[in-house]
Amino acid sequence: MSNAKNLLTIKDLHASVEEKQIIKGLNLDIKPGEVHAIMGPNGAGKSTLGYVLSGRDGYTVDSGAVTLDGKNLFEMETEERARAGLFLAFQYPVEIPGVSNLEFLKASVDAQREARGEDAITSADFLKEAKAACKQVNLPIAFLKRGVNEGFSGGEKKRNELMQMLLLKPKLCILDETDSGLDIDALQVVAEGVNSQRSADRSFIVVTHYQRLLDYIKPDFVHVLSDGKIVKSGDASLAHELEAQGYAWLQKEPAEDELEG
Amino acid sequence: MTEQIDKALAREYEAGFVSDVESETFEPGLDESVIQRISEMKGEPEWMLEWRLSAFREWLEMEEPDWALVDYPKIDFQAISYYSAPKSMKDKPKSLDEVDPELLRTYEKLGIPLIEQQMLAGIAVDAVFDSVSVVTTFRDKLEEAGVIFCPISEAIKKHPELVKKYLGSVVAKKDNYYSALNCAVFTDGSFVYIPKGTRCPMELSTYFRINEQNTGQFERTLIIADEGSHVSYLEGCTAPQRDENQLHAAVVELVAMDNAEIKYSTVQNWYPGDENGKGGIYNFVTKRGICHTSAKISWTQVETGSAVTWKYPSCILKGDNSVGEFYSVALTRGRQQADTGTKMIHIGKNTKSTIITKGISAGKSNNSYRGLVRMNPGADGARNFTQCDSLLIGDQCGAHTFPYVESRNPSAIIEHEATTSKVSDEQMFLCRQRGLDPEKAVSMIVNGFCKEVFKELPMEFAVEAGKLLEISLEGSVG
Repeated sequence: MSNAKNLLTIKDLHASVEEKQIIKGLNLDIKPGEVHAIMGPNGAGKSTLGYVLSGRDGYTVDSGAVTLDGKNLFEMETEERARAGLFLAFQYPVEIPGVSNLEFLKASVDAQREARGEDAITSADFLKEAKAACKQVNLPIAFLKRGVNEGFSGGEKKRNELMQMLLLKPKLCILDETDSGLDIDALQVVAEGVNSQRSADRSFIVVTHYQRLLDYIKPDFVHVLSDGKIVKSGDASLAHELEAQGYAWLQKEPAEDELEG
Repeated sequence: MTEQIDKALAREYEAGFVSDVESETFEPGLDESVIQRISEMKGEPEWMLEWRLSAFREWLEMEEPDWALVDYPKIDFQAISYYSAPKSMKDKPKSLDEVDPELLRTYEKLGIPLIEQQMLAGIAVDAVFDSVSVVTTFRDKLEEAGVIFCPISEAIKKHPELVKKYLGSVVAKKDNYYSALNCAVFTDGSFVYIPKGTRCPMELSTYFRINEQNTGQFERTLIIADEGSHVSYLEGCTAPQRDENQLHAAVVELVAMDNAEIKYSTVQNWYPGDENGKGGIYNFVTKRGICHTSAKISWTQVETGSAVTWKYPSCILKGDNSVGEFYSVALTRGRQQADTGTKMIHIGKNTKSTIITKGISAGKSNNSYRGLVRMNPGADGARNFTQCDSLLIGDQCGAHTFPYVESRNPSAIIEHEATTSKVSDEQMFLCRQRGLDPEKAVSMIVNGFCKEVFKELPMEFAVEAGKLLEISLEGSVG
């Protein structure tokens, strides 16, 4: 497989949190337009992978290499990775009181456009886009004026993440357990939003514990992550297999104290 | 993150330049002869000198207060010069054309154009440089409306009946150590009188600038809003960057007669000292207003400067149905210390007060809210709502809240809410993951935190305050 064609290449990645190694030799290639699901038991390192790729403080890369669009990801600051097209939809989106969604989104879009040498979008045009995005994720327009995630329900927060994705138009979207805490209706809204964004030049990493989300977002590949490594890869049918069998078969020896949920 | 904050907090103070203006400055030292000389320089009437001297005698008997949560070496009051004025002010300029161009440049550098044609928003400005008022703009237009806006030194001569009646009527001479000192040695400041039923046609503002070394600035502001009148007033302050501490002990008195409304906003940006706490202004200020029947006084302050701040803008709600408000943003970083808050004294029936404060601490600074809400026995149906929020940036700073509540009326209602939060790693990560650089992220989070207070500022100044916070936070995370 030639690297030039890959959007994301992960080679033998080892990474730790608080000196405990969580990712232990992970390899993954993602081509433009592909949707990869990453499944696995709690503590396998699913969320850690998203944080390591996006450059969260406290997540240390021990060895290995990752390139995004051919560029060394680990030479970029967190915000530079975002501007290069990496987007992480959070499992637990945080609140920023007093900063309106609209203000936050405009600042984010402005920062990204500026970094890419694009012209700034006018406030009027942006408002139009933002309203459309709001509608698409089924949030009332009034949410644009509310503080970022301030007092939002779990489902509203997830839809807000999706709205940010629609406006930022990233190349690589990492959805970190976006399905957790969603009822079936909200799940469908989110899945439809994601599906509407699938295109030949946008790839997804869908991190999930359950197969349910993958009924709505059909992955091209499914990978099983266990103890920091991909132990099995396949097509969408692998997800159904896992649903039927659970993850117990992966753990031949008893799990050590696991850090991460 | 803390290490990065420390490193980055060594940002430049933009107003820290010194103007090369020839000055006439008193030798350091304080006794009755110094006060006599100040009074003489100002060409004051005899009664004013007597007033000063009696305050000075009271002051000599008083003790420096030590109850605030601030720590600074004892001030040597004999090492301070109590009067400094640009030489060119000896024959007071009659118009802007006669003002020393170097002085005009100073204010321009600070972003305060005094040239009337450039005054876009139509704001009348009184510029106080060290001990004297340099110039007051738009006076003709104000006079048409019957509004008096002039240096207090001029009011003492031209409007003695008003000054005699109200000076010291809200903040008594011996109210506290610094107010007594101010009464004895104040040199200039602004005087405002709004006649009955008049809405002041423009925002009034005073910009205070300390320039000379080893001088204290003791300004005095008196605002009288007669029955049914309305005025909005803003003060701004800056000082050069110096290694020595300088004392600023001002007194502001507001009088709101029946149905009058005074909105008093402050953007305080005195030199805060360097990151090790060297230099900076000691800002020991007494601000108080009295509200008569159905009157309203609203204090809004954005405090980002000074090495030590000791300041409690207060309202005496004397008249029935009167309203007091206090909105405050206080940002400390480096080694800054702020002990600030308000006092709401409810005397009249159905009086209402609102206190909303936002304290932001970064670096190794300490930021305290100290507030008193008192319901007197006659304050039937009085209400207070207090909300004190603290935001911490990094893990070496402190935020403290000292609310004092005294209720002597069972029908009074007092509510107090307080929160402390941190600029969290999660918030920073979310912002950066969306493409914002860390500085933009912090300033956005802090501005969001302050939103409730900024919306109380006059429009143009809300923008200014937001920018000031942004500058103050520059490099507060790396």
